Amino acid sequence: MKSSNVVLKVVTGSYLLLFFVYLFLPLVFMAVVAFNTSSIPQVTPWEGFTFMWFGELFGDSQMWDGLINSFIVAFFVVIISVPIGLGASLLLTRLQFKAREGFYAILVSPLLMPGIILGISTFLFWDQAFQISGGLWTAIMGQSTFISGYCMLLIMARAQRFDKTQEDAAFDLGATHRQVFWKISLPFLKPALLSAAALAFMQSFENYNTTLFAIGFEQTLPIYIGSKLRSFISPAMNALACIFIGLTIAGATVYEIMRRRESGKK
Amino acid sequence: MRRLWEDAIRNFGGVGIAFILLTVGTWLIFMILLPQLIMLDYSFRPLLPLRKIGGPEDVYTLKNYIVLFTTPLHRAIFIKTIWSSIIVTTVALTICYPVAFYLAKVARGARLGWILMGLIIPYWINELLRIFAWQLILADSGILNQLLLFIGLIAEPLNFRAGNGAVIMGMTYAYILFMVFPLYNAMESLDRNQIDAARDLGSSWLRIHRRIVIPHAKPGIAVGCIMVFMLAAGSIAAPQLLGSPSSFWFTQIIYTNFETANWNQGAAYAMVLAVLCLIFIFGMLKLFRVGLKDLAS
Repeated sequence: MKSSNVVLKVVTGSYLLLFFVYLFLPLVFMAVVAFNTSSIPQVTPWEGFTFMWFGELFGDSQMWDGLINSFIVAFFVVIISVPIGLGASLLLTRLQFKAREGFYAILVSPLLMPGIILGISTFLFWDQAFQISGGLWTAIMGQSTFISGYCMLLIMARAQRFDKTQEDAAFDLGATHRQVFWKISLPFLKPALLSAAALAFMQSFENYNTTLFAIGFEQTLPIYIGSKLRSFISPAMNALACIFIGLTIAGATVYEIMRRRESGKK
Repeated sequence: MRRLWEDAIRNFGGVGIAFILLTVGTWLIFMILLPQLIMLDYSFRPLLPLRKIGGPEDVYTLKNYIVLFTTPLHRAIFIKTIWSSIIVTTVALTICYPVAFYLAKVARGARLGWILMGLIIPYWINELLRIFAWQLILADSGILNQLLLFIGLIAEPLNFRAGNGAVIMGMTYAYILFMVFPLYNAMESLDRNQIDAARDLGSSWLRIHRRIVIPHAKPGIAVGCIMVFMLAAGSIAAPQLLGSPSSFWFTQIIYTNFETANWNQGAAYAMVLAVLCLIFIFGMLKLFRVGLKDLAS
């Protein structure tokens, strides 16, 4: 019994180790290449340590344009998706109606469809109905179509745990709908609204598929990365990848620390 | 209907109802339904020069769909999209199942936190960059070739990107984590006592998984498979970065259609892709006997 437990532990441990090597080794390679002097992105032969690819990246004005566009798009996606997610989650958690399930299916359907289809349909719709051709606005609309769905699911998860007696008590004491919303419902939903906003921002910031088809001739950062990687590959892209990895690790660490502090309080 | 209205008024008040109607209405009509209908409309119209649009030749036709099935190359590429997406989904499920089970039912406390963080970091790194990492590994002068040359297994660099393998590998790497999280979420809610009880009664681990864990994790398995299949079938980054120039993928045909301003053809192929994903979704729901509302968790 004991020895079989040890064997099981070793097997599980090695499996997990392999899995994480598989997840991280490619990323490590990609980051290391950013510091190799060689102008072809590769680890070997190692021609010397350099920061020059970061310099090349920062000197590329297209990268900055893409970055600014990404911020603009992500900002509006948050502004649009979080209220839509809030409205939909209130509707679905508070009201019982016959078509509820079918309605829910339609609202989550953009999450289950390939991004390129949302991009194409958004692009065609705005061109056809309003003569607005592809650009930042269509990218915002295309992304918000499915990001609103994520926001809805996040907010719904919290709204379902809401204790309705609090509201009823407030109403009995003569509170108005406005007072109940601002003093009771909104404070309760606030954590979910904040995570929905963060999620919407990140989803928008890294979206490629939907944006590629919706945006026409404009560029966000992922579109810029995509076009660079398809044409001439320079280690400047590794430098960008390096920055992305660094920011992600920093973000995840901050999130984890906050989460532990939060659970420590309870 | 009247009760619903009274319910709504009691719950939200007039301003609340207006807010919900405005937000959900905009989303439903202008972002979900109308764009899909316009795309459907495009897909049934012939490609015409601007001056002929609305003229006698502008009639509904199945031509854009028929092209797909009468062009052997396009048909073959479409079929390739189906089987390669199934491969990616199957591999992801096989690799992730043990990881998710370990996370949900074995790991605890700080270790669990670290492992989850180790999954979230690669999950949040841009899809393009994750696929780019494989470009570096599989390139002619890439790490894999260098390694194989170094240990003397090969004399000349191999062209890993010649067939479809590189694209499939890249897709698996890029989308595998979309399988882990749904599986983990579903397994986490399983009561450990059920597993312990089965073990005490002498069940083998295979039986425990077949009779207890898998039935419980069904919604998670369905969501994971749906997400990975959809991402793989709709992936354009992986073929663009890892595909060989001689072997196109379905999403690339659609992209080319839009580059050459043949929107009608592109819309038809996009509809076919959407229908493929719908069929897969309903197939999965039926196979695992779960409803759409179970997928939310």
